[in-house]
Amino acid sequence: MSIDLEQFHETFYEESFEGLDIMESGLLELEQGEVDLENINTIFRSAHSIKGGSGTFGFTAVAEFTHDMETLLDQMRNGERSVSVPVVNTLLSSVDVLRNMLNAIRDGSEIDADNVAEMTSAIKSILGEEDNAPVSSEVEKSELVAKGWIVHFTPHLDIMKTGNDTVRLLRELNSLAESAEVVVDNSSLPPLSELDPEDCHQSWCINLTGNDVNEESIREVFAWVDDECDLKIEPLVDENSYAGPERRDVEDTDRRTKVPERRATERRTGKTTESSSIRVNISKVDELINMVGELVITQSMLSRFGELDEFNDNTLDRLKDGLAQLEGHTRELQESVMRIRMMPISFAFQRFPRLVHDLSATFDKKIELIVTGETTELDKTVLEKIGDPLVHLVRNSLDHGIESPADRVKAGKSETGVIELSAFHQGGNIIIQIKDDGAGLNTQKILSKAKEKGLVASDERLMDESIHDLIFRPGFSTADVVSDVSGRGVGMDVVRRNIRELGGAVEVKSTPGKGSVFTIRLPLTLAILDGQLVGIGEETYILPVISIIESLQVKTENINAVAGNAEVYRLRDEYIPIVRLYQVFGIKPISTDLESGLLVVVEAEGKKIAIYVDDLLGQQQVVIKSLETNFRKIEGLSGATILGDGTVALIIDIAGLIDLYQKDMASIVVPIKGAAA
Amino acid sequence: MSETADDLNSDAPVKEFKELLTFFLAGEEYGVDILRVQEIKGWDSVTNIPNTPEYIRGVINIRGAIVPIIDMRLRFMLEKKEYDATTVVIILNVVNKGSTDRVMGVVVDAVSDVYNVPVNDVKASPDFGTAVDTEFVTGLATIDEKMIIVLDIDHMLNAAELAVVDQMSE
Repeated sequence: MSIDLEQFHETFYEESFEGLDIMESGLLELEQGEVDLENINTIFRSAHSIKGGSGTFGFTAVAEFTHDMETLLDQMRNGERSVSVPVVNTLLSSVDVLRNMLNAIRDGSEIDADNVAEMTSAIKSILGEEDNAPVSSEVEKSELVAKGWIVHFTPHLDIMKTGNDTVRLLRELNSLAESAEVVVDNSSLPPLSELDPEDCHQSWCINLTGNDVNEESIREVFAWVDDECDLKIEPLVDENSYAGPERRDVEDTDRRTKVPERRATERRTGKTTESSSIRVNISKVDELINMVGELVITQSMLSRFGELDEFNDNTLDRLKDGLAQLEGHTRELQESVMRIRMMPISFAFQRFPRLVHDLSATFDKKIELIVTGETTELDKTVLEKIGDPLVHLVRNSLDHGIESPADRVKAGKSETGVIELSAFHQGGNIIIQIKDDGAGLNTQKILSKAKEKGLVASDERLMDESIHDLIFRPGFSTADVVSDVSGRGVGMDVVRRNIRELGGAVEVKSTPGKGSVFTIRLPLTLAILDGQLVGIGEETYILPVISIIESLQVKTENINAVAGNAEVYRLRDEYIPIVRLYQVFGIKPISTDLESGLLVVVEAEGKKIAIYVDDLLGQQQVVIKSLETNFRKIEGLSGATILGDGTVALIIDIAGLIDLYQKDMASIVVPIKGAAA
Repeated sequence: MSETADDLNSDAPVKEFKELLTFFLAGEEYGVDILRVQEIKGWDSVTNIPNTPEYIRGVINIRGAIVPIIDMRLRFMLEKKEYDATTVVIILNVVNKGSTDRVMGVVVDAVSDVYNVPVNDVKASPDFGTAVDTEFVTGLATIDEKMIIVLDIDHMLNAAELAVVDQMSE
């Protein structure tokens, strides 16, 4: 009975993609000129594992392709081949091709055979050179197939004035070859009356035949007159079917530059598949096992109390101790389990060196990427979903933020722009910052664009912060030219939406001429939340404690009605809109009188609202359960949880609630903003 | 065991059977594939979900999963009925093409029985006015002179819920 290999496929893909990432980052390092044998070894090993794995699973195409890459890497490893930029670039493109191949196999779609063939021939041509001769290999190779050369020699008019003799050149050329056929082209010769004897009007076409002539020696003959003539050297080949090696080389370089572009589009359209398995450090698992062991001991201790017929002070105390222990263990166990889901953010960051490398070439900008805090851990789900928004923000900084080298010099900055990508913990959040030292957001341009698009009323006056926030509105883009990378106006609002879905927020701060900082705030984990239970009518809802600023009793004199239905509450120097949750959610409240309930002031994405609730209940950690698993997303709710009594309570998504409220009261929101400003 | 083996080995076409769980709704008897039934519960209080149609009663906790409960009477715009002792919630596994399966509960008047019905005996439903849209009916089966309307729950519950989702996301 044969073993079903299918079950290992997922692992293979995962390891292969990991290997590809390692190769990519290794190659990028190589490209920066750091030739480190250990690095080459690492790249080689990754390629080797992919080759081995794909061979085992019968993905012959992948195995063959990787084999060629491996050969090349092996030569580099053994020092037989120097590490040069074209070689590294070819390998980088090969990594992309390989990634596409693996993606195609995994998704069951067709491998782009042309792409693979192109890349294979590119690698083969590098390998081929090496096989024939180490020095001036390209030429030598050409010689093998060429029976001779056709040299088109068109001297410029004044070649003779510089002391060059065309006849001498031709004679020298003749000495190279076995035989030479010279055809002179006199067509541009003027009539004798107009002829200046010092001008050269002729051009020559020389057919050189002979097996030991090579292109280089021909070029050598013309080395002195290189600037004073047009020279075209073509190999003389017998079979028409065979493409001249020179031309092929040109095509190869074309391919090299084309491949990354194609990859960029593929990446964008390609569906994002989240891997469903996770790699966990064994120490984390051991820790977990220890915790479970402790828990079992506590449980057996507690179960003894169940057998007791009656309690006295002594046993009661021990029971309480046991319960306290149980609580501690449960919490620790919970934390350990959560830690399993945590992964370093470097998984999301590692693609950026490549991205910046490719894009700075596209935009002709000089960019230095500084990455800090790669070891910051965050939840796997968050990590997988934050990738695309991050790519978008980095692209954006690169495209719109950083100026062209010339503009930078003009502005008194160094030619090379700096993009800083950093991650760190702050409070219960993970902060990811994308900072550039570019021109900053153009407040005027944003405002006029927003007015043009009708996002802002033409007479409205906004503070800089609110203007900057406009870039996150749907349908907004300030790019004058829609570039391939950004500027379609579908970007930033999607970024904000994606981040919101993760329970996070994104803000931008910008200083003209100094640059912009995009700050992404994400919850540590999606699974657990500190919740404030609130009662509205018969229902219990949960507010995330992290967004609560304060809770207060209502003083009637601080309530102001604005434009009829909307109410604002004056809290110190601020006017905060009051959201009657029972109205928004259509619940029957205990009381509609503001004074008999409480206001909970919450904040999300810089906006504050005061939520009117009937009662504040307890605070507790709640496990977030998705409503979408069996149902669907509900506006204003981020999920649900199960309370101690087994009933379900819904968790309020503050940002969503604000949106919902603003939608409800769309007409009233503007005056409030005016009042606040 | 031996029976199964015989069944598999016999060349004669075997009658394929399907077990149906039937329930009552406004006087009519409906059947669903019993393999899709996860459990049957008595009516218990639910947590309301704001801003959803009335037929979505809310969500309940079933061993840690948040499961939406749909009132079939309200869903098909039948006359409302107070929940009583026979009212039950049938928890169903709904297969959703192109997405993961869902678990949903439906509130019905009462459960009736479990029948073993030959698959071929389920006749295509004629266009007639049952309370449930014929769209959601797989066919009709006759058992002991009784007519049972076999429901396509995948279609029904996805249509009921996903349609709303689509509207929301647009």
